[in-house]
Amino acid sequence: MFNHEAAYETLTSRKLTHEQKLMALAKHAENAFEVLEIPEKTRAYFENGSINDLFEGAAPYRPRYIMVDYEKYLKQGSEFLSVKPPKTLDEAIFALMMLYHHVPSITNFPVYLGNLDTLLDPYLGEESDEAICEKLRLFFTFLDRTVTDSFCHANLGPQQTRAGELILKTERELSNAVPNFTIKYDPRETPDAFMEQAIECSLRCSNPAICNHEANLEPYGTAYGISSCYNILPIRGGAYTLTRVTLTKLAEQASSVEHFMDQLLPDCLQAIADYMNERIRFLVEKSGFFESSFLVKEGLIDRDRFVGMFGVTGLAEGVNVLLKDQGLIYGRDEAANELAEQILQRIKVLTDDMPACYSPLMKDRFVLHAQVGLDSDHGVTSGVRIPVGDEPESFLDHLRHSGRYHKFFPAGVGDIFPIATQVNQNLSALLDVVKGAFAAGVHYLSFYAADTDLVRITGYLVKRSEMEKFKNQEVVLHDTTHLGAPNYEDNRLAERKVRMV
Amino acid sequence: MRLRIPPGGLRWGRDEAARADSSWVAGTVVDLDSLGVAPVHRMIQLSTVDGPGARTTVFLQGCNIRCLYCHNPETQAICCHCGECVAGCPSGALAQTSAGAVTWEESRCIQCDRCHAVCPYHASPKVYLYSVQALFEAVSPNFAFVRGVTASGGEATLYPAFLTAFFKQVRAAGKTCLIDANGTVDLARYPELLAVTDGVMLDLKAWDPTVFEQLVGRRSTGHLQKNLLTLAQRQLIEELRLVYLPGRVDGRACLEGVARLLGDQVKTILLKLIRFRCHGVRGVLEQTPSPSLEEMQALEAFARSLGFERIVIR
Repeated sequence: MFNHEAAYETLTSRKLTHEQKLMALAKHAENAFEVLEIPEKTRAYFENGSINDLFEGAAPYRPRYIMVDYEKYLKQGSEFLSVKPPKTLDEAIFALMMLYHHVPSITNFPVYLGNLDTLLDPYLGEESDEAICEKLRLFFTFLDRTVTDSFCHANLGPQQTRAGELILKTERELSNAVPNFTIKYDPRETPDAFMEQAIECSLRCSNPAICNHEANLEPYGTAYGISSCYNILPIRGGAYTLTRVTLTKLAEQASSVEHFMDQLLPDCLQAIADYMNERIRFLVEKSGFFESSFLVKEGLIDRDRFVGMFGVTGLAEGVNVLLKDQGLIYGRDEAANELAEQILQRIKVLTDDMPACYSPLMKDRFVLHAQVGLDSDHGVTSGVRIPVGDEPESFLDHLRHSGRYHKFFPAGVGDIFPIATQVNQNLSALLDVVKGAFAAGVHYLSFYAADTDLVRITGYLVKRSEMEKFKNQEVVLHDTTHLGAPNYEDNRLAERKVRMV
Repeated sequence: MRLRIPPGGLRWGRDEAARADSSWVAGTVVDLDSLGVAPVHRMIQLSTVDGPGARTTVFLQGCNIRCLYCHNPETQAICCHCGECVAGCPSGALAQTSAGAVTWEESRCIQCDRCHAVCPYHASPKVYLYSVQALFEAVSPNFAFVRGVTASGGEATLYPAFLTAFFKQVRAAGKTCLIDANGTVDLARYPELLAVTDGVMLDLKAWDPTVFEQLVGRRSTGHLQKNLLTLAQRQLIEELRLVYLPGRVDGRACLEGVARLLGDQVKTILLKLIRFRCHGVRGVLEQTPSPSLEEMQALEAFARSLGFERIVIR
């Protein structure tokens, strides 16, 4: 049913830019269709909050996340766009900018921009560092002002390149919210000095985040990228969809731990699998996306490399609800941590048994992803993170805790730590900690300096100064500020435990 | 470090309750170091300011000097169980037994450090004794995350035998060992310790004996100069540290003295010029303002003129 009232409110809003209105109106139109078969039981899980499809819309007409093979694009150009293979740095940058405009996603913006250092390095030629940095500055500024959604991600590493160093140098000076950067790090491949530059940049402007390259090779080999909010996905493919189970809400329906493990969890996860398959079928069979997109025709994406992401969130509060009679707390009490591990093990076993349609790359199975949250989440902590306030005293214990749970999530999981500002005087210390964290099984982490303007909310970056504006009812450029501002308050992110004090 | 065993015995670190049953009789005087034991004020799992990379730092209790600018004076003395701190403890973590021993219940402690503030002796009731093995077991779980261990204090070099045995174990586990030293202990006397030490962060304190005595409350032993030569010869100077407060510290004389002794070698030595800060300081300097950045930069320029090239101001 078309929601006239909501659409009119969007149309007449004083807080949205024109572009934000346009996209919201499109969403209202999409939601007027009822093309998906959704059983009554599944609707009930939606209503009590146990299942959430993250506003993907009622009639999927493009995949959630698209991981274009930009390397191939730069080699072959594009017939559809009449773009010839670039020969210079300017041509390469403009070729990318033109293609980004045509890469859809659930946000309508590209969520993955490619491994920018290895993409651009072959084009640097004889140009001076200053000239290259100036080009990068214009390129990144263009992206920040036109891709007005922080769920947009560029990758770096794991090798050191001249382009990588110059990108870090430029990013450090710009301190933009878009794009997010992640560096793929492998201590055996990535030199310490390059990583220290990356960490320095990270303490300056909260970018890049750091991905455990070796640990993330597992699902798709080296042809993977990090997109949006820590989604590890196959390049030349992507994710059809992402629906999550909110363990907090599901646990509230449980009469006992056994009831939760043996009845609710299997039932709810099956409902999610069925729902995602319904979405994938419509997208593949009805929407026409894969038949009409030039990205498919030109081999820049391949339907066989798309996956369905099975999201999990709110583990902490889920466990705390199940154990509330005993007063045990996730992140603090071993019995709670143990139950958390059993729940994830159960989710893995159950989902391993659920077929996913049109997913040959993953042998017709879904991939687990620790979903980082929504602005509407109250009392639901991202993925498997420890809620603010319950963090262990010891940073090392916190990292060991992360390492214990990250392995369950091949499609992405991550933790965020504010770091004491004096650490910028000893970058190798933070690198030592990263090495230890990766050895302890951490798959992905990000830092920001405790006093910086750019803060990580659940994975995306928002400026504190922009959140202030939004709170004062002013129009702001990035739609993620709308998401970040309430989350920052509700989840008390200002009170995250500062590490390495 | 010698101490008289208090009534009720000593407070042992974790898993060492068994030791209390041995022949440690109240009233006798023991030399802790020769018994393979050291008092530990506290440990920092992950320190970023005690040498290169991330390190676990162990602060040993007890110091042989009393610097006016000491920022952790509660590490200077060993508790004599006077009981002064007990009555005002807001969480009731401190108590005194009928035999007169001050006890500390760690789980009740809120770490307000009031006991440190009221202690007339600059000691702490919160110190544990560790054997080498127990201390190794306490720090080794951090090893995946750190480059090594730094022994600080108090004055770590008052426990040379303990440190030698401890460092041997740490190095066997593939980690490096640094010492924070105040320079007043003649390190050439402990070649076994130096053989298992990766570097020493050496305090310069003051150069002129009178200035030195007024600053640290003890006559100069002349060991600073000897230590500079001993450590330079073995390439064990990790860094030289000078806390600077004009009028109290003869900074220029220190730097000139070092340059005279070490000649060209100063080029490669990391020199840390530390601005005096009154944080944590007790006594005559507790309200004294820090020197200005200009004063620090003038000292830095002077160091540069003497041939120092690796200088940081903190």
